[in-house]
Amino acid sequence: MTENDTALSVKAPSFLDYAPAPESTSILHLKKHYGLFIDGEFVDGRGDSFTTISPATEKAIASISNANNADVDAAVAAARKAYDRTWSKLSGADRGKYLFRIARLVQERARELAVAESLDNGKPIKESRDVDVPLVAAWFFYYAGWADKLDYAGLGPNPQSLGVAAQVIPWNFPLLMLAWKIAPALAAGNTVVIKPAETTPLSAMIFAEILQQAGLPNGVVNIVTGAGDTGHALVNHPDVNKVAFTGSTGVGRAIAKSIAGTGKKVTLELGGKAANIVFDDAPIDQAIEGIVDGIFFNQGHVCCAGSRLLVQENIHDEVVDRLKARLSTLRMGDPLDKNTDIGAINSKAQLERIHELSNIGEAEGAERWTAKCDMPQTGFWFAPTIFTNVSTSSRIAREEVFGPVLSVLTFRTPAEAVAKANNTPYGLSAGIWSDKGSRILAVADKLRAGVIWANTFNRFDPASPFGGYKESGYGREGGRHGLASYLESSGWATPAVTKGGKK
Amino acid sequence: MTRLTVPKTYKLYIGGKFPRSESGRTYEVTTKKGAFLANAALASRKDARDAVVAARSAFNGWSTATAYNRGQVLYRIAELLEGRREQFIDELMATESLSKSAATAQLDTAIDAWVWYAGWADKYAQVAGNGNPVSGPYFNLSTPEPSGIIAIVAPQDSSSLLGLVSVIAPALVSGNTVVVVAHQGAPLSAISLSEVLATSDVPGGVVNILTGSPAEIAPWLASHADVNGLDLAGAEQLEWVDLQIAAADTLKRVSGPVVGVPAPSIERIVQWTETKTVWHTKSMI
Repeated sequence: MTENDTALSVKAPSFLDYAPAPESTSILHLKKHYGLFIDGEFVDGRGDSFTTISPATEKAIASISNANNADVDAAVAAARKAYDRTWSKLSGADRGKYLFRIARLVQERARELAVAESLDNGKPIKESRDVDVPLVAAWFFYYAGWADKLDYAGLGPNPQSLGVAAQVIPWNFPLLMLAWKIAPALAAGNTVVIKPAETTPLSAMIFAEILQQAGLPNGVVNIVTGAGDTGHALVNHPDVNKVAFTGSTGVGRAIAKSIAGTGKKVTLELGGKAANIVFDDAPIDQAIEGIVDGIFFNQGHVCCAGSRLLVQENIHDEVVDRLKARLSTLRMGDPLDKNTDIGAINSKAQLERIHELSNIGEAEGAERWTAKCDMPQTGFWFAPTIFTNVSTSSRIAREEVFGPVLSVLTFRTPAEAVAKANNTPYGLSAGIWSDKGSRILAVADKLRAGVIWANTFNRFDPASPFGGYKESGYGREGGRHGLASYLESSGWATPAVTKGGKK
Repeated sequence: MTRLTVPKTYKLYIGGKFPRSESGRTYEVTTKKGAFLANAALASRKDARDAVVAARSAFNGWSTATAYNRGQVLYRIAELLEGRREQFIDELMATESLSKSAATAQLDTAIDAWVWYAGWADKYAQVAGNGNPVSGPYFNLSTPEPSGIIAIVAPQDSSSLLGLVSVIAPALVSGNTVVVVAHQGAPLSAISLSEVLATSDVPGGVVNILTGSPAEIAPWLASHADVNGLDLAGAEQLEWVDLQIAAADTLKRVSGPVVGVPAPSIERIVQWTETKTVWHTKSMI
C-alpha cells in the first residue's frame, strides 16, 4: 500500500459526515413465531423450530418452523389439489388478475417488505427499497399480463402448464427470487411449493399474508421453511413436475443428479465468475461506478457479480487508484440506515468463506487492499476488498467468493480479454466498458455468457431473460423465455414428412 | 463369368478424416438374416475423446460462420445425398432388410429433413430471440447461440440413416459441432453419410461419426468435461439414467430417449442453444 492510498482511505471526521438516518422498524408487525404456509393457512411445522437473526446485530427476529418430510408431503398435496381442482381450471384472464392483485399489494406494503428484507438479510435499505421490492412488484405485473396470452409465448398454440413446481431459492435476494419463481409459474398455470433460505425466511412470510389478502385460492402457493433437508425432500418429491433452483453450482449439480430419469423439467440458476472488461477508451467515471455496482452491490452476494475485473493494461493504475478512492467513500454499517452503501454479510458461515478465500488469495501472491471502514462490534462484516496482481490460475480468480472481493487482472488486446473472460467453467454474465459501439458488439458476440451488460452492470428487468451458459445452469428466468420454463409445448407445426423406413 | 466385387472398408469419421479405430478393433455387420456385409470399426474411448477434440477445434469456425453460409452448407448435404441415392438405398436394403420402396422412402425423408433444417439456419434466431422492452435507457436483445459440442446416441431401433440425420441436422443448424454414435446394427449408411459430409462443404470436425457400441462409448461422452450437450435420442436400451447422472457433473444439457425417430421441429434446434441477452446503454443524447 502506498502512502497515497492510505491518505485516500482514511476517513477524517468532518462537518460533511452524514447524521444517522435509520429507517424505523415500527412499520413491521412481526409475529414471534412463523409457521409454514400450506393450503392458504399458517400451520406449525413438525420439525424443530429455528431462529432467524439480523446479521447486522446477531439479534433474534423471529422463530421459524422447520418443515420435515411430512410437512413437505402436505404442501405438495395441497399444491396438487389446488392444481387439479382450481388453478388449472381457471381462465388465464383470472389467473392474471390474481397476479395483478399481488403486484399492487406488494407496492402497497413496499416499505414494510423493504424493512423486513434489510433486517433479515443485512442488505442496505436503499437497495431493498429501490431495487429489490420495486422489481418484485414489476415481476408480478409483467407475468400477470402473460397469463391470458400463452398462445403467443412461441411454443405453438395452447401450451400446457407442467403441474406442481418445487422451488428452492437463495438468501441473497430472498423476496426477489421468490417473485422470479412464483410469478411465471402461476401465470403459466402451475401451482407452487417454495422453500426460502433458512437465513432469510422473513419476507416470504409477509408475502404469504399478501397472498391471503389477494384472496389467492388455497394451495396455489405453499411456503415451507427449513434448511437443506427440507429442500432435498421438496425437490425429490415424486409428485413434483418441475424443479426450479437458484443457488450454488454444487447443489445444482446434486439436484441435476437426483432428478435424472424422473422426467421433471428443471431450471437451474447457479454460480458465476463474471468478467467485467474495461477497455482504455471506456468512459472511466461511469466505468468506476459500474465496477463498484458490479461487485459491491448487495455485499457482492450476487451470482452474476462482476468479480473478475479485466482492465486494459495501459489504464490499470488509473482505474485501480480511482477505484480505491471511490471505495473509500462507501459507508458500511447499519443496513437500515438510508445512507448505508455496504450492509452486513448474510451469515457467519458466509463470512468465514469470504475470509478463507481472501486469505488464499494473499497466500497465492495477490496484493490485497481493503477500504478503511468502521467495523460494528456485533454482526458479520467484511469491508470492500480489491486484489491486484491476480493471476488467471489463482483461486480468487476462479472460484466464486460471493462477497465484496474484487480480483483485478489485465489484458492488452480485445482477443486476450475475450480469452481470459471465457476461461472459466461458468458462463452467467459479463460486462464490457468501451466507447466504441462496434467493439462492444464484436466482444459481446464472442463472450460465452448468458447476460452481458455493455457500459452498465447488474441491471435486471422482468422483460429480460436471465440465465447462464455452461456450469452456470440451464434455462432462463424473466421474459418470454422465463415463461417457457414453466410450459410444455403442445406441438410446433412440423413439416409434412413421414417416418420413412418405418413401414 | 460374374465379376468379383470390391467390398468397401468402413472406417470412423473424425476431424474430417477416416481413421480406423485406434484400438484396431472391428465388428461384423450383417443382414438381418445374418449374412456378412462388412466389418465396421469398433470405436474405443480414445476414439471418442479424439472426436471431442476435433469437434472442439471445429466449433469456433462453424459457430461463427454466417447463418446464410451454414444454411447453404446444410443444403449442399441434401444435394450430395440426392446424387448418391442408389448407394444409400442399397445399403439400407441390405442392413435393415427393407424393400426398395421402404429404403427409398427413408432416404427421401432424410434428404427432405436436411432441406427443412437448412432453411432454418438464418431464421431460427428470429423465432427464438427477441428484443426486450426493459424499463430504462437500454437497448436489450436476446439471441440464441449454439451450446457447443453435442454428443449424440443416434436412434438404434430402425431407420439408421433417417435417425442419424434427425439428430445431427438440428444440432448443426445453430452452429454446434457433434460427436455421434451411429446405429450399432446398421452403421453402413452412417459411414457413407460421412463420405458425403467429407466431400460437401462441411468443415472437418463439425460432424464426427463413431461406429460401435453405444453402451461402451456413451459413458465416456456423457462424463467428458468438454461436451456441452448430451442427446440420448437412441439410448432407450442403455442405462440412460446413469448417463444423465454422469452428464450432471458438468451440468450438460440433456435430451432424453425418443421412441422411433424424432420428428423435425424447431424445438430440437433450440434445445441445443443458449440465450444470450445483451444490455446496451443508450445515451441521453
